[in-house]
Amino acid sequence: MSTRENATIKSAGMLAEGIYEIWFETNEIAKQAIPGQFISVYSNDGSRLLPRPISICEIEGNNLRIVYRVAGKGTEEFSKCKAGDKLDIQGPLGNGYDIDKIFSDIEKKQGKVNKAILFGGGIGVPPMLELGKKLNCEKEIVLGYRNSDIFLKEQFEKIGHLTIATEDGSVGTKGNVLDAVREGNITGDVIFACGPMPMLRAIKGFATENNIPCYISLEEKMACGIGACLACVCKTTQKDAHSQVNNARVCKEGPVFDAKEVEI
Amino acid sequence: MVNSINPNQVNMAVNIAGVDFKNPVTVASGTFGSGMEYCEYVDLNKLGAVTTKGVANVPWAGNPTPRIAETYGGMINAVGLQNPGLDTFIARDIPFLKKYDTKIIVNVCGKSEEDYVDAVEKLGDQPVDLLEINISCPNVKEGGIAFGQVPSSAEKITKAVKAVAKQPVIMKLSPNVTDITEMAKAVEAGGADAVSLINTLTGMKIDVNRRTFAVANKTGGLSGPAIRPVAVRMVYQTANAINIPIIGMGGITCAEDALEFIMAGATMVSVGTANFNDPQTTIKVIEGIRSYCAQNGIKDVKELIGCVK
Repeated sequence: MSTRENATIKSAGMLAEGIYEIWFETNEIAKQAIPGQFISVYSNDGSRLLPRPISICEIEGNNLRIVYRVAGKGTEEFSKCKAGDKLDIQGPLGNGYDIDKIFSDIEKKQGKVNKAILFGGGIGVPPMLELGKKLNCEKEIVLGYRNSDIFLKEQFEKIGHLTIATEDGSVGTKGNVLDAVREGNITGDVIFACGPMPMLRAIKGFATENNIPCYISLEEKMACGIGACLACVCKTTQKDAHSQVNNARVCKEGPVFDAKEVEI
Repeated sequence: MVNSINPNQVNMAVNIAGVDFKNPVTVASGTFGSGMEYCEYVDLNKLGAVTTKGVANVPWAGNPTPRIAETYGGMINAVGLQNPGLDTFIARDIPFLKKYDTKIIVNVCGKSEEDYVDAVEKLGDQPVDLLEINISCPNVKEGGIAFGQVPSSAEKITKAVKAVAKQPVIMKLSPNVTDITEMAKAVEAGGADAVSLINTLTGMKIDVNRRTFAVANKTGGLSGPAIRPVAVRMVYQTANAINIPIIGMGGITCAEDALEFIMAGATMVSVGTANFNDPQTTIKVIEGIRSYCAQNGIKDVKELIGCVK
Protein backbone atom coordinates (compact mmCIF):
# COMPACT_ATOMS: atom_id res chain seq x y z
CA MET A 1 0.00 0.00 0.00
CA SER A 2 1.48 3.30 -1.02
CA THR A 3 0.43 6.70 0.21
CA ARG A 4 0.66 10.24 -1.03
CA GLU A 5 2.12 12.80 1.35
CA ASN A 6 3.02 16.44 1.23
CA ALA A 7 6.38 15.65 2.77
CA THR A 8 8.66 18.09 4.51
CA ILE A 9 12.26 18.23 3.39
CA LYS A 10 14.56 17.74 6.37
CA SER A 11 17.72 18.44 4.44
CA ALA A 12 18.81 18.78 0.84
CA GLY A 13 22.00 19.44 -1.03
CA MET A 14 24.48 18.58 -3.74
CA LEU A 15 26.68 15.48 -3.44
CA ALA A 16 28.64 15.79 -6.67
CA GLU A 17 28.38 17.65 -9.96
CA GLY A 18 24.72 17.27 -11.01
CA ILE A 19 23.94 14.80 -8.20
CA TYR A 20 21.63 15.93 -5.41
CA GLU A 21 20.04 14.47 -2.30
CA ILE A 22 16.86 15.09 -0.35
CA TRP A 23 15.92 13.68 3.05
CA PHE A 24 12.13 13.63 3.46
CA GLU A 25 10.27 13.30 6.72
CA THR A 26 7.28 11.04 6.02
CA ASN A 27 4.32 9.73 7.98
CA GLU A 28 3.98 6.31 6.36
CA ILE A 29 6.17 6.02 3.29
CA ALA A 30 9.52 5.40 4.99
CA LYS A 31 7.97 2.89 7.40
CA GLN A 32 6.52 0.87 4.53
CA ALA A 33 9.51 1.03 2.18
CA ILE A 34 12.01 -1.71 1.36
CA PRO A 35 15.24 -1.43 -0.65
CA GLY A 36 14.81 -1.27 -4.43
CA GLN A 37 11.47 0.52 -4.29
CA PHE A 38 10.97 4.06 -5.54
CA ILE A 39 8.87 7.11 -4.85
CA SER A 40 7.08 9.43 -7.25
CA VAL A 41 8.06 13.05 -6.67
CA TYR A 42 5.62 15.67 -7.96
CA SER A 43 6.56 19.09 -9.24
CA ASN A 44 5.09 22.19 -7.63
CA ASP A 45 4.94 23.73 -11.13
CA GLY A 46 1.59 23.03 -12.85
CA SER A 47 3.22 22.88 -16.29
CA ARG A 48 4.93 19.64 -15.24
CA LEU A 49 2.20 17.08 -14.72
CA LEU A 50 4.05 13.83 -14.41
CA PRO A 51 5.76 12.62 -11.27
CA ARG A 52 9.49 11.84 -11.36
CA PRO A 53 10.15 8.26 -10.27
CA ILE A 54 13.23 8.28 -8.03
CA SER A 55 14.77 5.29 -6.27
CA ILE A 56 14.98 5.15 -2.50
CA CYS A 57 18.57 5.50 -1.33
CA GLU A 58 18.14 5.18 2.43
CA ILE A 59 15.40 4.59 4.97
CA GLU A 60 15.83 5.66 8.60
CA GLY A 61 12.74 5.48 10.80
CA ASN A 62 10.27 7.99 9.36
CA ASN A 63 12.88 9.53 7.12
CA LEU A 64 13.69 8.66 3.58
CA ARG A 65 16.56 9.73 1.37
CA ILE A 66 16.65 10.10 -2.38
CA VAL A 67 19.81 10.75 -4.38
CA TYR A 68 19.16 11.74 -7.97
CA ARG A 69 20.72 13.28 -11.05
CA VAL A 70 19.41 16.54 -12.45
CA ALA A 71 18.19 15.35 -15.83
CA GLY A 72 15.64 17.98 -16.77
CA LYS A 73 13.42 20.77 -15.48
CA GLY A 74 11.63 18.66 -12.88
CA THR A 75 14.74 17.40 -11.13
CA GLU A 76 16.24 20.88 -11.51
CA GLU A 77 13.27 22.23 -9.54
CA PHE A 78 13.82 19.62 -6.81
CA SER A 79 17.52 20.48 -6.65
CA LYS A 80 16.63 24.01 -5.58
CA CYS A 81 14.56 22.82 -2.60
CA LYS A 82 15.81 23.63 0.89
CA ALA A 83 15.17 22.23 4.36
CA GLY A 84 11.62 23.11 5.39
CA ASP A 85 10.24 23.10 1.83
CA LYS A 86 7.57 20.59 0.93
CA LEU A 87 7.05 18.31 -2.04
CA ASP A 88 4.23 15.88 -2.82
CA ILE A 89 5.53 12.35 -2.90
CA GLN A 90 3.85 9.00 -3.42
CA GLY A 91 5.27 5.73 -2.25
CA PRO A 92 6.65 3.31 -1.64
CA LEU A 93 6.12 2.06 -5.18
CA GLY A 94 7.15 -0.99 -7.13
CA ASN A 95 8.60 -4.35 -6.37
CA GLY A 96 11.77 -3.97 -4.31
CA TYR A 97 14.42 -6.46 -3.21
CA ASP A 98 12.60 -9.05 -1.09
CA ILE A 99 15.83 -10.20 0.55
CA ASP A 100 14.42 -13.08 2.61
CA LYS A 101 12.62 -14.58 -0.36
CA ILE A 102 15.60 -14.14 -2.71
CA PHE A 103 17.96 -15.79 -0.21
CA SER A 104 15.64 -18.68 0.56
CA ASP A 105 15.04 -19.30 -3.17
CA ILE A 106 18.78 -19.40 -3.83
CA GLU A 107 19.51 -21.56 -0.79
CA LYS A 108 16.93 -24.14 -1.89
CA LYS A 109 18.68 -24.46 -5.25
CA GLN A 110 22.37 -24.03 -4.62
CA GLY A 111 23.18 -23.64 -0.97
CA LYS A 112 23.93 -20.85 1.45
CA VAL A 113 24.54 -17.30 0.29
CA ASN A 114 27.75 -16.20 1.94
CA LYS A 115 28.64 -13.28 -0.24
CA ALA A 116 26.70 -10.82 -2.38
CA ILE A 117 28.06 -8.60 -5.14
CA LEU A 118 26.34 -5.23 -5.36
CA PHE A 119 26.82 -3.31 -8.59
CA GLY A 120 25.87 0.33 -8.96
CA GLY A 121 26.51 2.41 -12.04
CA GLY A 122 26.09 6.19 -12.17
CA ILE A 123 22.68 7.16 -10.85
CA GLY A 124 22.06 3.44 -10.26
CA VAL A 125 24.42 3.65 -7.28
CA PRO A 126 21.96 5.12 -4.70
CA PRO A 127 19.45 2.23 -4.34
CA MET A 128 22.32 -0.15 -3.61
CA LEU A 129 22.99 1.67 -0.34
CA GLU A 130 19.79 0.72 1.47
CA LEU A 131 20.02 -2.78 0.02
CA GLY A 132 23.60 -3.09 1.29
CA LYS A 133 22.56 -1.92 4.75
CA LYS A 134 19.84 -4.56 4.90
CA LEU A 135 21.89 -7.48 3.56
CA ASN A 136 23.14 -9.71 6.32
CA CYS A 137 26.10 -11.32 4.55
CA GLU A 138 29.55 -10.50 3.25
CA LYS A 139 29.35 -7.77 0.59
CA GLU A 140 31.51 -6.94 -2.42
CA ILE A 141 30.39 -3.52 -3.61
CA VAL A 142 31.44 -2.45 -7.11
CA LEU A 143 30.51 1.06 -8.16
CA GLY A 144 31.05 2.64 -11.54
CA TYR A 145 31.26 6.37 -12.22
CA ARG A 146 32.17 8.48 -15.22
CA ASN A 147 34.97 10.39 -13.50
CA SER A 148 36.15 11.65 -10.13
CA ASP A 149 32.70 13.12 -9.36
CA ILE A 150 31.94 10.17 -7.13
CA PHE A 151 29.30 10.12 -4.41
CA LEU A 152 28.22 7.97 -1.43
CA LYS A 153 31.72 6.39 -1.28
CA GLU A 154 32.20 6.81 2.48
CA GLN A 155 28.83 5.26 3.27
CA PHE A 156 29.44 2.22 1.07
CA GLU A 157 32.87 1.71 2.64
CA LYS A 158 31.17 1.26 6.01
CA ILE A 159 28.94 -1.60 4.87
CA GLY A 160 31.21 -3.78 2.74
CA HIS A 161 34.34 -4.15 0.64
CA LEU A 162 34.22 -1.32 -1.92
CA THR A 163 35.79 -1.31 -5.38
CA ILE A 164 35.44 1.68 -7.68
CA ALA A 165 35.74 1.87 -11.45
CA THR A 166 35.76 5.11 -13.43
CA GLU A 167 35.54 5.52 -17.17
CA ASP A 168 38.42 8.00 -17.19
CA GLY A 169 40.49 6.09 -14.65
CA SER A 170 40.65 9.04 -12.26
CA VAL A 171 39.57 6.83 -9.33
CA GLY A 172 40.01 3.07 -8.96
CA THR A 173 40.02 0.76 -11.95
CA LYS A 174 39.99 2.46 -15.36
CA GLY A 175 37.00 1.00 -17.16
CA ASN A 176 33.67 -0.42 -16.14
CA VAL A 177 32.43 -2.40 -13.16
CA LEU A 178 33.19 -5.75 -14.80
CA ASP A 179 36.76 -4.64 -15.51
CA ALA A 180 36.98 -4.02 -11.75
CA VAL A 181 35.53 -7.47 -11.02
CA ARG A 182 38.14 -9.14 -13.24
CA GLU A 183 40.97 -7.05 -11.83
CA GLY A 184 39.98 -7.84 -8.25
CA ASN A 185 38.92 -11.48 -8.86
CA ILE A 186 35.67 -10.61 -7.20
CA THR A 187 33.24 -13.48 -6.68
CA GLY A 188 29.89 -13.91 -4.98
CA ASP A 189 26.83 -16.13 -4.57
CA VAL A 190 24.28 -13.57 -5.71
CA ILE A 191 24.39 -10.35 -7.74
CA PHE A 192 22.30 -7.22 -7.27
CA ALA A 193 22.69 -4.46 -9.84
CA CYS A 194 21.31 -1.09 -10.82
CA GLY A 195 22.67 1.15 -13.55
CA PRO A 196 22.54 1.98 -17.23
CA MET A 197 21.24 -0.67 -19.63
CA PRO A 198 24.62 -1.57 -21.25
CA MET A 199 26.02 -2.23 -17.77
CA LEU A 200 23.02 -4.36 -16.79
CA ARG A 201 23.28 -6.33 -20.02
CA ALA A 202 26.94 -7.04 -19.38
CA ILE A 203 26.26 -8.01 -15.76
CA LYS A 204 23.44 -10.33 -16.81
CA GLY A 205 25.89 -11.96 -19.24
CA PHE A 206 28.54 -12.29 -16.51
CA ALA A 207 25.98 -13.80 -14.12
CA THR A 208 24.79 -16.30 -16.72
CA GLU A 209 28.36 -17.36 -17.61
CA ASN A 210 29.22 -17.89 -13.96
CA ASN A 211 25.84 -19.32 -12.99
CA ILE A 212 25.22 -16.67 -10.33
CA PRO A 213 21.64 -15.66 -9.49
CA CYS A 214 21.20 -12.03 -10.53
CA TYR A 215 18.62 -9.39 -9.64
CA ILE A 216 18.52 -6.10 -11.46
CA SER A 217 16.70 -2.78 -11.12
CA LEU A 218 15.35 -1.35 -14.37
CA GLU A 219 14.46 2.20 -15.28
CA GLU A 220 11.92 3.39 -17.85
CA LYS A 221 9.95 6.57 -18.57
CA MET A 222 6.81 6.46 -16.45
CA ALA A 223 3.54 8.35 -16.30
CA CYS A 224 1.26 7.03 -13.53
CA GLY A 225 3.90 5.11 -11.56
CA ILE A 226 1.27 2.69 -10.21
CA GLY A 227 0.71 0.22 -13.04
CA ALA A 228 -2.27 1.70 -14.86
CA CYS A 229 -0.94 3.48 -17.94
CA LEU A 230 1.37 0.78 -19.35
CA ALA A 231 4.01 3.30 -20.40
CA CYS A 232 6.99 1.75 -18.62
CA VAL A 233 7.11 -1.80 -19.87
CA CYS A 234 10.06 -4.13 -20.43
CA LYS A 235 10.25 -7.34 -22.42
CA THR A 236 9.90 -10.49 -20.37
CA THR A 237 10.59 -14.12 -21.17
CA GLN A 238 7.24 -15.24 -19.72
CA LYS A 239 3.76 -13.80 -20.13
CA ASP A 240 3.32 -10.77 -17.91
CA ALA A 241 0.72 -10.54 -15.16
CA HIS A 242 -1.25 -7.65 -16.63
CA SER A 243 -1.54 -8.03 -20.41
CA GLN A 244 0.00 -11.47 -20.99
CA VAL A 245 2.03 -10.14 -23.92
CA ASN A 246 5.54 -10.51 -22.40
CA ASN A 247 5.60 -6.84 -21.38
CA ALA A 248 5.94 -6.42 -17.62
CA ARG A 249 5.39 -3.04 -15.97
CA VAL A 250 8.66 -1.64 -14.60
CA CYS A 251 6.68 0.37 -12.00
CA LYS A 252 4.67 -2.60 -10.73
CA GLU A 253 6.25 -6.00 -11.46
CA GLY A 254 9.60 -4.15 -11.32
CA PRO A 255 11.73 -2.16 -10.97
CA VAL A 256 13.52 -5.18 -9.47
CA PHE A 257 13.50 -8.26 -11.69
CA ASP A 258 15.24 -11.60 -11.70
CA ALA A 259 17.61 -11.00 -14.64
CA LYS A 260 16.54 -14.33 -16.18
CA GLU A 261 12.96 -13.06 -16.47
CA VAL A 262 13.67 -9.97 -18.58
CA GLU A 263 15.06 -9.52 -22.07
CA ILE A 264 17.38 -6.57 -21.92
CA MET B 1 -27.84 38.31 -6.18
CA VAL B 2 -28.29 34.58 -6.76
CA ASN B 3 -29.67 32.58 -3.89
CA SER B 4 -27.23 29.81 -3.08
CA ILE B 5 -28.57 26.40 -2.14
CA ASN B 6 -27.33 23.51 -0.04
CA PRO B 7 -24.85 21.39 -2.07
CA ASN B 8 -26.83 18.28 -1.13
CA GLN B 9 -29.83 19.69 -2.97
CA VAL B 10 -27.99 19.77 -6.29
CA ASN B 11 -29.10 17.00 -8.64
CA MET B 12 -25.86 15.76 -10.17
CA ALA B 13 -27.40 12.86 -12.15
CA VAL B 14 -27.21 12.74 -15.93
CA ASN B 15 -28.44 10.26 -18.52
CA ILE B 16 -26.86 9.09 -21.74
CA ALA B 17 -28.70 6.68 -24.03
CA GLY B 18 -30.99 5.55 -21.24
CA VAL B 19 -28.16 4.91 -18.78
CA ASP B 20 -28.36 6.88 -15.52
CA PHE B 21 -25.12 8.18 -14.07
CA LYS B 22 -24.96 9.47 -10.49
CA ASN B 23 -22.80 12.36 -11.66
CA PRO B 24 -21.35 13.57 -14.94
CA VAL B 25 -17.73 12.57 -14.29
CA THR B 26 -15.82 9.57 -15.63
CA VAL B 27 -12.20 8.89 -16.56
CA ALA B 28 -10.64 9.01 -20.00
CA SER B 29 -9.84 5.61 -21.45
CA GLY B 30 -6.22 4.58 -21.06
CA THR B 31 -5.42 6.78 -18.10
CA PHE B 32 -7.04 4.64 -15.43
CA GLY B 33 -6.63 0.98 -16.44
CA SER B 34 -9.79 -0.75 -15.27
CA GLY B 35 -9.57 1.09 -11.96
CA MET B 36 -7.74 -1.80 -10.29
CA GLU B 37 -4.56 0.17 -9.66
CA TYR B 38 -6.38 3.40 -8.81
CA CYS B 39 -8.88 1.92 -6.33
CA GLU B 40 -6.24 2.29 -3.59
CA TYR B 41 -6.34 6.05 -4.13
CA VAL B 42 -9.87 6.82 -5.37
CA ASP B 43 -13.24 5.56 -4.15
CA LEU B 44 -14.57 4.19 -7.44
CA ASN B 45 -18.11 4.24 -5.99
CA LYS B 46 -18.03 8.01 -6.23
CA LEU B 47 -17.44 8.13 -9.99
CA GLY B 48 -20.25 8.53 -12.50
CA ALA B 49 -18.57 5.77 -14.50
CA VAL B 50 -15.26 4.04 -15.01
CA THR B 51 -14.17 4.05 -18.66
CA THR B 52 -11.70 1.22 -19.12
CA LYS B 53 -8.50 1.18 -21.11
CA GLY B 54 -9.00 0.07 -24.70
CA VAL B 55 -9.41 -3.67 -25.11
CA ALA B 56 -9.35 -5.68 -28.32
CA ASN B 57 -10.68 -9.12 -29.20
CA VAL B 58 -7.15 -10.49 -28.78
CA PRO B 59 -4.11 -9.29 -26.69
CA TRP B 60 -1.98 -6.50 -28.17
CA ALA B 61 1.67 -6.00 -27.18
CA GLY B 62 1.73 -2.26 -27.89
CA ASN B 63 4.62 -0.10 -29.04
CA PRO B 64 8.33 -0.12 -28.13
CA THR B 65 9.54 2.10 -25.27
CA PRO B 66 9.94 4.94 -24.47
CA ARG B 67 6.20 5.28 -24.77
CA ILE B 68 5.72 8.65 -23.08
CA ALA B 69 7.32 12.05 -22.78
CA GLU B 70 6.29 15.08 -20.79
CA THR B 71 5.68 18.34 -22.62
CA TYR B 72 4.78 21.80 -21.35
CA GLY B 73 1.38 21.46 -19.68
CA GLY B 74 0.88 18.02 -21.12
CA MET B 75 2.39 14.77 -22.28
CA ILE B 76 2.83 12.71 -25.40
CA ASN B 77 2.03 9.03 -25.30
CA ALA B 78 2.43 6.24 -27.80
CA VAL B 79 1.57 3.22 -25.69
CA GLY B 80 -0.01 1.59 -28.71
CA LEU B 81 -3.02 0.09 -26.92
CA GLN B 82 -1.24 -2.72 -25.11
CA ASN B 83 -4.08 -4.79 -23.70
CA PRO B 84 -4.76 -8.31 -22.44
CA GLY B 85 -7.52 -9.10 -24.92
CA LEU B 86 -11.18 -9.66 -24.13
CA ASP B 87 -10.93 -13.15 -22.60
CA THR B 88 -8.74 -11.94 -19.74
CA PHE B 89 -10.63 -8.67 -19.53
CA ILE B 90 -13.99 -10.44 -19.18
CA ALA B 91 -12.62 -12.89 -16.61
CA ARG B 92 -10.75 -10.33 -14.53
CA ASP B 93 -11.64 -6.69 -15.11
CA ILE B 94 -15.42 -6.78 -15.45
CA PRO B 95 -15.94 -8.84 -12.25
CA PHE B 96 -13.61 -6.41 -10.46
CA LEU B 97 -15.63 -3.39 -11.58
CA LYS B 98 -18.95 -5.05 -10.76
CA LYS B 99 -17.99 -4.87 -7.08
CA TYR B 100 -18.42 -1.10 -7.25
CA ASP B 101 -21.50 1.07 -7.44
CA THR B 102 -20.52 2.83 -10.67
CA LYS B 103 -21.34 2.44 -14.34
CA ILE B 104 -18.95 0.63 -16.66
CA ILE B 105 -17.98 2.01 -20.06
CA VAL B 106 -15.77 -0.43 -21.98
CA ASN B 107 -13.48 1.12 -24.57
CA VAL B 108 -13.03 -1.18 -27.56
CA CYS B 109 -10.19 -0.99 -30.09
CA GLY B 110 -9.57 -2.95 -33.26
CA LYS B 111 -7.46 -3.18 -36.39
CA SER B 112 -10.27 -4.09 -38.75
CA GLU B 113 -14.04 -3.96 -38.89
CA GLU B 114 -14.07 -7.67 -38.06
CA ASP B 115 -12.01 -7.04 -34.91
CA TYR B 116 -14.46 -4.42 -33.65
CA VAL B 117 -17.48 -6.55 -34.44
CA ASP B 118 -15.95 -9.62 -32.82
CA ALA B 119 -15.12 -7.68 -29.64
CA VAL B 120 -18.52 -6.01 -29.45
CA GLU B 121 -20.26 -9.37 -29.92
CA LYS B 122 -18.16 -10.93 -27.16
CA LEU B 123 -19.19 -8.09 -24.84
CA GLY B 124 -22.87 -8.56 -25.68
CA ASP B 125 -23.77 -10.72 -22.70
CA GLN B 126 -21.45 -8.92 -20.30
CA PRO B 127 -22.78 -6.69 -17.51
CA VAL B 128 -21.35 -3.47 -18.92
CA ASP B 129 -23.38 -0.29 -19.39
CA LEU B 130 -21.97 1.29 -22.54
CA LEU B 131 -19.36 0.63 -25.19
CA GLU B 132 -16.96 3.30 -26.35
CA ILE B 133 -15.53 2.54 -29.77
CA ASN B 134 -12.04 3.91 -30.26
CA ILE B 135 -11.71 4.96 -33.88
CA SER B 136 -9.24 7.65 -33.01
CA CYS B 137 -6.03 6.26 -31.55
CA PRO B 138 -3.17 7.99 -33.34
CA ASN B 139 -0.60 5.43 -32.21
CA VAL B 140 -1.46 2.27 -34.07
CA LYS B 141 -0.71 1.99 -37.73
CA GLU B 142 -3.62 -0.16 -38.82
CA GLY B 143 -7.21 0.42 -37.78
CA GLY B 144 -7.96 2.84 -35.01
CA ILE B 145 -7.47 6.22 -36.58
CA ALA B 146 -8.00 4.86 -40.10
CA PHE B 147 -11.70 4.68 -39.28
CA GLY B 148 -11.71 8.04 -37.55
CA GLN B 149 -10.54 10.42 -40.24
CA VAL B 150 -12.87 9.69 -43.14
CA PRO B 151 -16.59 10.32 -42.51
CA SER B 152 -17.81 7.46 -44.70
CA SER B 153 -15.51 4.95 -42.94
CA ALA B 154 -16.63 6.22 -39.54
CA GLU B 155 -20.26 5.83 -40.50
CA LYS B 156 -19.63 2.34 -41.86
CA ILE B 157 -17.85 1.11 -38.75
CA THR B 158 -20.54 2.65 -36.54
CA LYS B 159 -23.26 0.81 -38.46
CA ALA B 160 -21.34 -2.46 -38.26
CA VAL B 161 -20.86 -2.11 -34.52
CA LYS B 162 -24.44 -1.00 -33.90
CA ALA B 163 -25.73 -4.00 -35.83
CA VAL B 164 -24.30 -6.37 -33.20
CA ALA B 165 -24.04 -4.23 -30.05
CA LYS B 166 -26.25 -5.08 -27.10
CA GLN B 167 -25.22 -1.94 -25.20
CA PRO B 168 -25.46 1.71 -26.26
CA VAL B 169 -22.51 2.78 -28.38
CA ILE B 170 -20.33 5.86 -27.90
CA MET B 171 -18.02 6.67 -30.80
CA LYS B 172 -14.76 8.29 -29.67
CA LEU B 173 -13.68 10.96 -32.11
CA SER B 174 -10.26 12.17 -33.15
CA PRO B 175 -9.35 15.85 -33.20
CA ASN B 176 -6.86 15.13 -36.00
CA VAL B 177 -9.35 16.05 -38.70
CA THR B 178 -10.21 19.18 -40.65
CA ASP B 179 -13.78 19.37 -39.34
CA ILE B 180 -14.78 17.25 -36.35
CA THR B 181 -18.46 18.00 -36.91
CA GLU B 182 -18.34 16.05 -40.18
CA MET B 183 -17.14 13.02 -38.25
CA ALA B 184 -19.74 13.53 -35.54
CA LYS B 185 -22.54 13.78 -38.09
CA ALA B 186 -21.25 10.64 -39.82
CA VAL B 187 -21.31 8.51 -36.67
CA GLU B 188 -24.71 9.95 -35.71
CA ALA B 189 -25.96 8.89 -39.15
CA GLY B 190 -24.42 5.47 -38.51
CA GLY B 191 -26.57 5.09 -35.40
CA ALA B 192 -24.19 6.08 -32.61
CA ASP B 193 -25.92 6.73 -29.28
CA ALA B 194 -23.31 9.27 -28.15
CA VAL B 195 -19.89 10.65 -29.03
CA SER B 196 -16.86 11.25 -26.88
CA LEU B 197 -14.20 13.80 -27.74
CA ILE B 198 -11.44 14.56 -28.00
CA ASN B 199 -8.87 11.82 -28.26
CA THR B 200 -5.26 13.03 -28.25
CA LEU B 201 -3.76 15.42 -30.79
CA THR B 202 -0.92 13.95 -32.80
CA GLY B 203 2.32 15.50 -31.63
CA MET B 204 6.07 15.07 -31.58
CA LYS B 205 8.84 15.83 -29.12
CA ILE B 206 12.52 15.68 -29.92
CA ASP B 207 15.09 14.91 -27.27
CA VAL B 208 17.85 17.32 -28.21
CA ASN B 209 20.43 15.62 -25.99
CA ARG B 210 19.90 12.21 -27.59
CA ARG B 211 19.12 13.86 -30.96
CA THR B 212 16.20 11.57 -31.52
CA PHE B 213 12.47 11.30 -30.94
CA ALA B 214 11.37 11.37 -27.31
CA VAL B 215 8.99 8.45 -27.88
CA ALA B 216 10.01 5.39 -29.86
CA ASN B 217 6.96 5.67 -32.12
CA LYS B 218 8.30 9.09 -33.27
CA THR B 219 4.82 10.65 -32.98
CA GLY B 220 2.41 10.30 -30.08
CA GLY B 221 -0.84 11.65 -28.74
CA LEU B 222 -0.67 14.97 -26.93
CA SER B 223 -2.93 15.24 -23.90
CA GLY B 224 -3.20 17.37 -20.79
CA PRO B 225 -4.15 20.99 -20.07
CA ALA B 226 -2.22 22.18 -23.14
CA ILE B 227 -4.98 20.84 -25.42
CA ARG B 228 -8.00 21.97 -23.39
CA PRO B 229 -8.99 25.04 -25.43
CA VAL B 230 -8.94 22.96 -28.60
CA ALA B 231 -11.13 20.33 -26.95
CA VAL B 232 -13.63 22.86 -25.59
CA ARG B 233 -13.92 24.44 -29.03
CA MET B 234 -14.54 21.05 -30.66
CA VAL B 235 -17.16 20.07 -28.08
CA TYR B 236 -18.95 23.37 -28.68
CA GLN B 237 -18.90 22.92 -32.47
CA THR B 238 -20.03 19.30 -32.21
CA ALA B 239 -22.84 20.13 -29.79
CA ASN B 240 -24.18 22.55 -32.36
CA ALA B 241 -23.98 19.97 -35.14
CA ILE B 242 -25.54 16.79 -33.73
CA ASN B 243 -28.42 15.74 -31.49
CA ILE B 244 -26.82 12.85 -29.56
CA PRO B 245 -25.08 13.44 -26.21
CA ILE B 246 -21.40 14.29 -25.88
CA ILE B 247 -18.82 13.13 -23.37
CA GLY B 248 -16.22 15.90 -23.33
CA MET B 249 -12.57 15.55 -22.45
CA GLY B 250 -9.16 17.05 -23.04
CA GLY B 251 -6.98 18.46 -20.28
CA ILE B 252 -9.51 18.62 -17.45
CA THR B 253 -7.71 19.19 -14.14
CA CYS B 254 -10.40 20.82 -11.96
CA ALA B 255 -14.11 21.60 -11.72
CA GLU B 256 -13.75 24.88 -13.59
CA ASP B 257 -12.22 23.02 -16.54
CA ALA B 258 -15.02 20.44 -16.45
CA LEU B 259 -17.68 23.17 -16.32
CA GLU B 260 -16.26 24.69 -19.51
CA PHE B 261 -16.97 21.43 -21.33
CA ILE B 262 -20.46 21.10 -19.84
CA MET B 263 -21.35 24.68 -20.72
CA ALA B 264 -20.00 24.09 -24.24
CA GLY B 265 -22.43 21.20 -24.60
CA ALA B 266 -21.04 18.05 -22.95
CA THR B 267 -23.43 15.91 -20.90
CA MET B 268 -20.53 14.15 -19.18
CA VAL B 269 -16.83 14.82 -18.84
CA SER B 270 -13.75 12.61 -18.53
CA VAL B 271 -10.62 13.24 -16.52
CA GLY B 272 -7.55 11.79 -18.20
CA THR B 273 -3.95 12.90 -17.90
CA ALA B 274 -4.70 14.68 -14.61
CA ASN B 275 -5.12 11.27 -12.96
CA PHE B 276 -1.34 10.85 -13.31
CA ASN B 277 -0.75 14.09 -11.43
CA ASP B 278 -3.36 13.52 -8.75
CA PRO B 279 -5.50 10.37 -8.57
CA GLN B 280 -8.05 12.36 -6.54
CA THR B 281 -8.76 14.73 -9.46
CA THR B 282 -12.07 13.07 -10.39
CA ILE B 283 -13.40 13.39 -6.83
CA LYS B 284 -12.32 17.03 -6.66
CA VAL B 285 -14.02 17.73 -9.99
CA ILE B 286 -17.29 16.13 -8.82
CA GLU B 287 -17.32 18.08 -5.56
CA GLY B 288 -16.29 21.28 -7.32
CA ILE B 289 -19.14 21.02 -9.85
CA ARG B 290 -21.55 20.42 -6.99
CA SER B 291 -20.30 23.49 -5.08
CA TYR B 292 -20.43 25.66 -8.19
CA CYS B 293 -24.06 24.67 -8.73
CA ALA B 294 -24.91 25.23 -5.06
CA GLN B 295 -23.29 28.65 -4.95
CA ASN B 296 -25.10 29.70 -8.10
CA GLY B 297 -28.49 28.35 -7.07
CA ILE B 298 -28.51 25.68 -9.79
CA LYS B 299 -30.61 22.75 -8.61
CA ASP B 300 -29.76 20.45 -11.49
CA VAL B 301 -26.40 20.18 -13.23
CA LYS B 302 -28.23 19.42 -16.49
CA GLU B 303 -29.28 23.10 -16.58
CA LEU B 304 -25.67 23.92 -17.43
CA ILE B 305 -25.32 21.58 -20.42
CA GLY B 306 -24.75 23.73 -23.49
CA CYS B 307 -25.83 26.89 -21.64
CA VAL B 308 -23.21 28.92 -23.51
CA LYS B 309 -24.63 29.48 -26.97
